[in-house]
Amino acid sequence: MEPLLAPLAGLLAATGVYLMLSGHLLRIVFGIVLLGSAANLTVFVGGRLTEGAAPLIPEGTAIPNAITANPLPQALVLTAIVIGFGLAAFALSLTLAAHRRLDTVDPEEMRIAEPREGAAK
Amino acid sequence: MSWTTSWTLAFPLLIPFIGAVVSLLAPRLGVRPAAVGIATAGVHLMASVHLAFAVMEGGVLAAGMGGWDAPVGIVLVADALSAIMVVSTALMGLVIAVYAAADINPQRSRVGWHALYLVLIGGATGVFLTGDLFNLYVWFEVMLIASLGLIVIGGTKAQLDAGVKYTALSLVVTLMFLAAVGLIHGMTGTLTMAELPARLAETDAPLASGAAAMLMFVALAAKAGLFPLWFWLPAAHHTPPSAVKAIFAATLTKSGMYAVMRVFTLIFPDSGAEALLMPVAILTMALGVILAAAQTEIHRVLSAHILSQIGYVALGLAIASPLALMGAILYMLHNIVVKANLLLLAGLGYRMTGSYDLSRTGGLYAVAPLLSVLFLISAMAMAGLPPFSGFWGKLALVQAGAEASDWIAVAAILVVGLFTLYSMTKIWLNGYLKPHAAGRARPLSALPATGRVLLVAPTMALVAISLVMGLYPAPFIMAAEAGAASLLDPAPYIAAVMGETPVETAAHTPVQTPVETAMGDAP
Repeated sequence: MEPLLAPLAGLLAATGVYLMLSGHLLRIVFGIVLLGSAANLTVFVGGRLTEGAAPLIPEGTAIPNAITANPLPQALVLTAIVIGFGLAAFALSLTLAAHRRLDTVDPEEMRIAEPREGAAK
Repeated sequence: MSWTTSWTLAFPLLIPFIGAVVSLLAPRLGVRPAAVGIATAGVHLMASVHLAFAVMEGGVLAAGMGGWDAPVGIVLVADALSAIMVVSTALMGLVIAVYAAADINPQRSRVGWHALYLVLIGGATGVFLTGDLFNLYVWFEVMLIASLGLIVIGGTKAQLDAGVKYTALSLVVTLMFLAAVGLIHGMTGTLTMAELPARLAETDAPLASGAAAMLMFVALAAKAGLFPLWFWLPAAHHTPPSAVKAIFAATLTKSGMYAVMRVFTLIFPDSGAEALLMPVAILTMALGVILAAAQTEIHRVLSAHILSQIGYVALGLAIASPLALMGAILYMLHNIVVKANLLLLAGLGYRMTGSYDLSRTGGLYAVAPLLSVLFLISAMAMAGLPPFSGFWGKLALVQAGAEASDWIAVAAILVVGLFTLYSMTKIWLNGYLKPHAAGRARPLSALPATGRVLLVAPTMALVAISLVMGLYPAPFIMAAEAGAASLLDPAPYIAAVMGETPVETAAHTPVQTPVETAMGDAP
């Protein structure tokens, strides 16, 4: 599975970067979400994939009695997904606020904090 | 591991988060959230000082949380550098919480400003104390979420603008950090920072470990505001209220810089990424002063100078001799105090003159001589004039650069120092000495009485700390030397985390504890 999933992570990252290069804030947020999926997949695949062996410990023993899937990357990715979800929600609401208050969704047009040279303050 | 060690390490982390919850409930209990903020920050400072004393006595402290020791569990570790950073963050947290009580208006306070403020401090403490790489990522995310909230609360157009840029860049670099963590875990099977050096030495995957090191370097350099990923920094530091500017200056870039120090001395001591550090540091310094020279508003000048000053710290890390690291840590300590104070004073000046714009402000010396003296001392400290606090760090860095025969670095330090003096003079002449353009500078007594005390007392406290650092630098130099020693020799750190009984291991091995090393080397 790893040889399939590693290029997939690359593809997700490339698509994410492509979306982030656009001048539309919403596409940039989607790009970040895709980039997040690429990072999560990297963590997941980095921990090696073991099919069909849930990391369960039989009753009465302290360690699993056979080779099981690595549970740690699953826990890490779960944490990262939750954090990413919260940040994506924030980024979307920020996009909405920017659209309403700044009347633009093009980051290049947002020059209030850093006005262009010679622009009126 | 003893219970007391665990709690000593856990308290500075727990207190800000408990305080954040209480401050959200405060309006229902009839308490002002600002009061909860000040009280929490005060208790947090006490817990942090307690931790620092424990580190001074017992060397590196480490404890697995929840009864799971390293390398299985998640450890909290405090060495001299962590302790220095935790205490300075806690101190700034308290001082700025007092200022914020007057600076943050009820509208901002009502939507949870003080809770986010405490979460930011808690997140920074987590960054300094964690001994686990994934945990480091989580604490950076905690800081990020809190700082995103603090930037946009209030919702002025400039704040939203700065928030968009900061959000986009920060999300991308934290994902790079996450990917690096995944690669490192894949290579080594561990995330405990103290176990990684040995495990990485065993793995034979130069490409993967090089990729992980570079991903991590880029991510942390952007967090620290280093060139070329600096562009989020000025807007994030000059658009929100003064209290936010000050706590950002004291925590955001500094936590990034701490992580650069930790990761690239402990985990990747010779990955090749640190070869980039010297040019990046010099470019950051040059960029900062050029950007500052082009600005005409006080808070923009000061934000731009955060860049030049983070460059000094990176420069010290790049030279990497004991003296250079000591100078870098000492300079960072000074900068945390003085830069935040200048931003607080700029906020006060804004209240009295109605503008940050140097051509529209002025007359502060005529109406508030005391405030002007506070500014003058901070400005001279920032420019690195003796006998003020910035001088000692810069002196150590120049000396270290000369010892390493790195004349470009020495020239950069001196030229950038000169430009900093130029910026400070610009603010002093236009903001303080020349009469107000419209003749409308108000004296301090025009501000409401309670607000006046809350705004002025923190700046006085910070100037006092800066003066002590300048006139009696020995204890600070010793602390910085202990911090530098723990970066140069990670053995006690690793022994404390990986050993069965961490404290005793550190005490019985022939390796000197950082504090002892500092005592021996002190001038």
